Amino acid sequence: MIELVVGAIEAILMVLVGLQLSIFLLYFERKGSALIQDRVGANRAAITGLGRKLGMPNLGIVNTLVADPVKLFTKEDFVPDGADHFLHALAPFLALFPVLITFVVIPFGDTITIGRHTFNLQAANLNAAALYLLATIGIGVYGVSLGGWASNNRWALLGGIRATAQMISYEIAMGLAIVAIVMTYGTLDLQEMCRSQGGVWFGFLPRWGIFVQPLAFIILLTAGIAESKRVPFDLPEGESELILGYMVEYSGGKQAAFMFTDFAEQALVAMLLVTFFFGGWQVPWLYRDGFHLPGGYFIHVASILVSILGVIAFLIKVLMFCILLGLVRWTLPRFRYDQLMRLGWKGLVPLGLANVLVTAFIIVATGGAH
Amino acid sequence: MPMGLFWFLAALSVLSALGVVLQRNPLHCLLSLVLTLLTIAVLFIGQDAVVVGFLQAIVYAGAIMVLFLFVIWLLNVPVETRPTGHLAFKFFGMIAVAALLAELAVFVLPPHLKVKYSGHPAGYGSIEALAQSLFSDYLIAFEITSILLLVAVIGAVALARRSSEIEIKERAQDAARVEKAA
Amino acid sequence: MTMVPLTYLMALSAAIFAIGVVGFLTRRNILVMFMSIELMLNAVNLAFISLGSRLGSMDGQVIVFFVMTVAAAEAAVGLGIIITIFRNRETVHADDLTLLRW
Repeated sequence: MIELVVGAIEAILMVLVGLQLSIFLLYFERKGSALIQDRVGANRAAITGLGRKLGMPNLGIVNTLVADPVKLFTKEDFVPDGADHFLHALAPFLALFPVLITFVVIPFGDTITIGRHTFNLQAANLNAAALYLLATIGIGVYGVSLGGWASNNRWALLGGIRATAQMISYEIAMGLAIVAIVMTYGTLDLQEMCRSQGGVWFGFLPRWGIFVQPLAFIILLTAGIAESKRVPFDLPEGESELILGYMVEYSGGKQAAFMFTDFAEQALVAMLLVTFFFGGWQVPWLYRDGFHLPGGYFIHVASILVSILGVIAFLIKVLMFCILLGLVRWTLPRFRYDQLMRLGWKGLVPLGLANVLVTAFIIVATGGAH
Repeated sequence: MPMGLFWFLAALSVLSALGVVLQRNPLHCLLSLVLTLLTIAVLFIGQDAVVVGFLQAIVYAGAIMVLFLFVIWLLNVPVETRPTGHLAFKFFGMIAVAALLAELAVFVLPPHLKVKYSGHPAGYGSIEALAQSLFSDYLIAFEITSILLLVAVIGAVALARRSSEIEIKERAQDAARVEKAA
Repeated sequence: MTMVPLTYLMALSAAIFAIGVVGFLTRRNILVMFMSIELMLNAVNLAFISLGSRLGSMDGQVIVFFVMTVAAAEAAVGLGIIITIFRNRETVHADDLTLLRW
């Protein structure tokens, strides 16, 4: 019974963490991009001038985190003329739901022992979690395509069709990268993958996935950015060409749902990269009983502290990857549609297949795990 | 799986299947079909066929139905306004279906369906067990299926592409030659 | 977790199959007829998995794997045919395709 309650709490926690990361990404999008582009960003809205009182008038916290959501949720929600009301209302939530339920299978820590109970710091311990990831990403295609169709607007439809084609093309590349990772670790379970990334090679190098599968890392990074339709792959949104592409006829809460999908999917891609390639919640040189540092030093750490350190390490790594994705967004120009498709089909898919082949050879040649 | 969950899933799948055949807008039919496929995928997972259940969600509901969606858009299929088909089709269709259901009912009612359940072996439904079966007992079928997929891809591309100008000219020349000979 | 009685699962499979047959015979829109075929395939998949699970054998799942693959190939080619028909006849209603009728 208590496992059920703890599982429910962990699931809610993970979904909330996903949403909080989306909000952080939203803030980073406004102010971080301003920093990169040498401008100030949003800083006008203020409640009782808190920023000015603290001596930092350009933080823009109230503007981004309070004013924007309030504006989005209180706008009038209209449905365009001749559009299908049911599909128009269904599409944003069909886009957001698969992304949110994917957060529950990502492990954010090892087991934690409080009192007599041992909890697994992962909301849902599926044996086939890697397949679950691919399934939910596949379902996420529908929200985008129905959003474009249900707007009764040919430019939205164009954006929707292009977004759908892009997403299903890069799903294949993502699947191939995940296949290579599954072959390397020999399991589909994400918690097992994180656990087998503990330990060191040569006495000092942490056994992280990126040293074993660098090509799969690049493929998953590219495919993940393309799946979440971020620049340089954001032609479906096309902010200077198609205005908002498939989201153009949405306002208010529904557009907020679409925006959240964008940022939440970015956070999800960051979490996947951390889990597969950077050890998930593994702190380098930290074992269950303490730090075994390379020089031979040993620092004893209590077991609860070990688990908490793992959670903090996971959060820090995910934040770093979110910032990396934001940096990529504000640095690279947008791909043209045919360049995008060519990269997906003629670039990433053959690379992914070659990667799987080479991984298979190495696994058979060394006769076993990694 | 718990019986309550099974009844919920059974009701949901039957209702969405009815939605597929009864709705007039083809897009709504498609969405009902996606719901049916996902419900059936959950039923698979509930019976320990975990990998096949997820594959159903990935391949069927995630890829094949998107293909259907694209075709519905490309052809701009309208909402049905014409009354569908002859009355005779519906009448004899109903009789055929009733006969089919009666025959199936004879086979699924308990006196005929005596299969003893002896528990699942360890690792049932896992990807190792599936791979073991696929690559040892069913290897030939696996290879032939891969050739089948290749043939299907080539066939679909050959069917759906537009003829190039050379082919249109050749076809016009052939038609002119046939007319001259006639 | 208790096992669901096999009768119920087979009855569900039969029901979905029957609904698929009704859809195929009644609807005249080619795409909806195709969707009814997919319904029938899925009902059969459910029957295979249920029986395989009851017998504790992996054969049911392997057969479903192959059925799924063949269904994907069939959907691709079938939709290609539908697109070609639409290009030539401008209709997706089965009653308008009477060229081969005597």
